[in-house]
Amino acid sequence: MEKFTTLTGIAAPLPAANIDTDKIIPARFLKTIKRTGLGVHLFDALRYLPDGRENPDFVLNKEPYRQARILIAYENFGCGSSREHAPWALLDFGIRAVIAPSFGDIFYNNCLKNGLLPVRLPKPRCEQLITDAQLGANARLTVDLERQVVISANGEAIPFEIDPFHKHMLLNGLDDIGLTLQHADKIARYEQMKQAEKPWLPPLHT
Amino acid sequence: MAENRPRTLYEKIWDDHVVERLPDGTCILYIDRHLVHEVTSPQAFEGLRLAGRKVRRPDATIAVADHNLPTTDRRGGITEEDSRIQVETLEQNVREFGIPYFPVLDVRQGIVHIVGPEQGISLPGMTIVCGDSHTSTHGAMGALAFGIGTSEVEHVLATQTLLQTPAKNMKVEVVGRLPIGVRAKDMILAIIGRIGTAGGTGYVIEYAGEAIRALDMAGRMTVCNMSIEAGARAGLIAPDETTFAYVKSRPFAPQGDDFERAVAYWRTLPSDPGAVYDKVVTLRAEEIAPMVTWGTNPEAVVPVTGSVPDPAAAEDAAVRAQMQRMLDYMGLKPGQRITEIPIDVVFIGSCTNSRIEDLRDAAQIARGRRVAEGVRALVVPGSGLVKKQAEEEGLDRIFREAGFEWREPGCSMCLGMNPDKLTPGQRCASTSNRNFEGRQGPGGRTHLVSPAMAAAAAIAGRFVDVREYL
Ligand code: SF4
Repeated sequence: MEKFTTLTGIAAPLPAANIDTDKIIPARFLKTIKRTGLGVHLFDALRYLPDGRENPDFVLNKEPYRQARILIAYENFGCGSSREHAPWALLDFGIRAVIAPSFGDIFYNNCLKNGLLPVRLPKPRCEQLITDAQLGANARLTVDLERQVVISANGEAIPFEIDPFHKHMLLNGLDDIGLTLQHADKIARYEQMKQAEKPWLPPLHT
Repeated sequence: MAENRPRTLYEKIWDDHVVERLPDGTCILYIDRHLVHEVTSPQAFEGLRLAGRKVRRPDATIAVADHNLPTTDRRGGITEEDSRIQVETLEQNVREFGIPYFPVLDVRQGIVHIVGPEQGISLPGMTIVCGDSHTSTHGAMGALAFGIGTSEVEHVLATQTLLQTPAKNMKVEVVGRLPIGVRAKDMILAIIGRIGTAGGTGYVIEYAGEAIRALDMAGRMTVCNMSIEAGARAGLIAPDETTFAYVKSRPFAPQGDDFERAVAYWRTLPSDPGAVYDKVVTLRAEEIAPMVTWGTNPEAVVPVTGSVPDPAAAEDAAVRAQMQRMLDYMGLKPGQRITEIPIDVVFIGSCTNSRIEDLRDAAQIARGRRVAEGVRALVVPGSGLVKKQAEEEGLDRIFREAGFEWREPGCSMCLGMNPDKLTPGQRCASTSNRNFEGRQGPGGRTHLVSPAMAAAAAIAGRFVDVREYL
C-alpha cells in the first residue's frame, strides 16, 4: 500500500448525502480483473452525458477540479456495495482523501486498505469546507495525517479522529496480511483449540 | 471476566472468534466460512499469487459465480467477453488454489447468499464473510456474517482471519404480529424507513421480538439481507427451533450425532437476559403495511396506501434538495398516489427474495391471472435447486401461464452487470434490495417491494395493495 502522510491539493465539493458505491462506479464497470484503469468510469452517470460526452456541469469536469486530490461530501459517503472498485476508481482518478461527516462501513475499510484517507468531520465543518471549495481557485486543502488535522484554505487547522492502528498502517504504508501472518502460530493454536471444542464442524468438500 | 456478565448473541460470537487482541484493541478475528464470487475476487487471488501465498483453509472456502451470468440457457457459454473472462478467471483460481466450487451448470449453482444457507455451509454461531455487502443475509442463521472488500478477501484467503474492532450493538425489536399480506420484506423496509439508511452505521443489528420469531428462515434472510441498507455491518437473529429444523440434513451441515452436539452448542448462543445493547429500536408489527419505495435509497419508502411525499414539507434545505432530485430521477410528482404509478418491468429475484417461499408467495398472486399488457415480468430463482423445486411444485407453469418469464438462477436484474437490465426511464417493481440511481441499468427506476406485491403489480400494471388480491 502507498503511504499516506500529508496531502495538499485541490478539493472538489460534492454537496450530497448517501453517495453510494453504485454511483461512484456502476456495476457494469466491475467486470475487470485488475485494480487499475477505473478512473475514467468514476462517477460515470454524473460525469458523462447519455451520448458519452462529458457533462460540463459536473464538478470533476470543471477547472480546477479536474486536478482534485480531495473530495468533500455529506453523510454516508460510499454506502451500499462492498466493491473495492470504488476506492480504486477514486485513486485512479487521483483522489487520495475523502472528507465527509460519515461513511459506509465497508467503503471506509476499503479506503484504508488502499492508502486513501477517509476523514470524518462534523457536518458544519464539511459545509464550511464545501463553501470554500466552491470558490475554485482557493479550493486547496491540506490533510495532515501525522497531526490529524485538515488545514483549510484560510489556514485553520481542523482536527479529526482516526484509530491508531489504521493511522500507523497508513503512515508506514504497511501490508496488513504480512502483519497478521506474524501471528500465524496463534492462528494455528486457535484452530486446534476450536477443532477440539467443535469437532462436529465439517470441512467443505464438493 | 467477559464470560460472566450477560452477553448478546453478537458478543458471544465475537468472543468465540478472537484469535488475538492487539495492544491497540484491534482483534484478529477468525473466519469460519469464506464465500467467494467472481466479481470481487480476481484481484485478491492475483495478490496471493504475487506474494507467493496460499489459501490457508480451502476447506472453509467455497466459490460460485452469480453476478455476471446470463439467466437464459447457459449451455452455450457466456457470450459477453468481460463477463466470460471474469467467470473463467474464477474457475482458474479455484483450480489453482484448490477451492470447492459449484460450476455454472451444477444444480447447486446460484446467488452466493442463497447457496450458503441452502447447502448448510452457513451455520449458527459462525463468522461468515464474502466480498459482497449482502453477506449480512447469513446472519439469519444466527451467524456473524458481513461483507468485505477485495483486500480483505485476500486477507482472509491468506490468513483465515480479519483485523477488526468490535461494532456497537443495536436491537431492533418487532413486537406483535404482522397483518395478513404483510411480509418480511415490508418489515425490513419499514425498519429502514424508521432508522434511515445510515441509522445502523457502526452497528451490528440483532432482530428480535415476536414478529421476527414468527418468520420462517426465508423471511429472516430477507430481513438480515437488507441490514446493510440501513448502514449496519451485519444483522443477525438468534438461532431457535426454526433454525435447527432448517439446518438439519443440509449437505454441509453436521449430520447425525454431530448435529445433536452442534444444536446443544447453538442453544447457548441467544443473548442472555439482561444483556445490554447500545441502542434499542421498537416497531409494532400490526402497524406495518405492504411497502413501496418511491426514491433512490431504501429509506425513501411509504405504505402502498400512501402517496409520494412533498419535498416542500421538509424543513432542512439539503433534505428538500435531495428529495427533489429523487423525484426528478424517478419521474414522480409530490402527492401522487402510489397505486397510480404505472410500471414497465417486474423483477422477482435477487438474494433478498428468490427463495422457494418467495416464489410461492408470488405464484399465489399470479395463479390464474395475466400480466398486464405491455409489462415485462421476470422470475429468477435464487439457485438451481430453488428452480428445480419450484418446477416440481408447478410454480413455473403458473408463472408462464400468467405471462411471466421463467429464468435460470443468478443475480439477474438486481444490478446492471449481466444482460438483464432496465433501459433508461423504465420503471420496475423489484424484489431486490437497492433502488440506487442506475442500479438496475443506467436511467432505470427501481421501486422495492415484496414478491407478492411485485406479482400484483405485474398483473395490475401499476402498484396495487396486494391484500386486494388475497
Ligand atoms: S442478488 Fe443483487 S444484492 Fe444479491 S449478491 Fe447478487 S447483485 Fe448482490
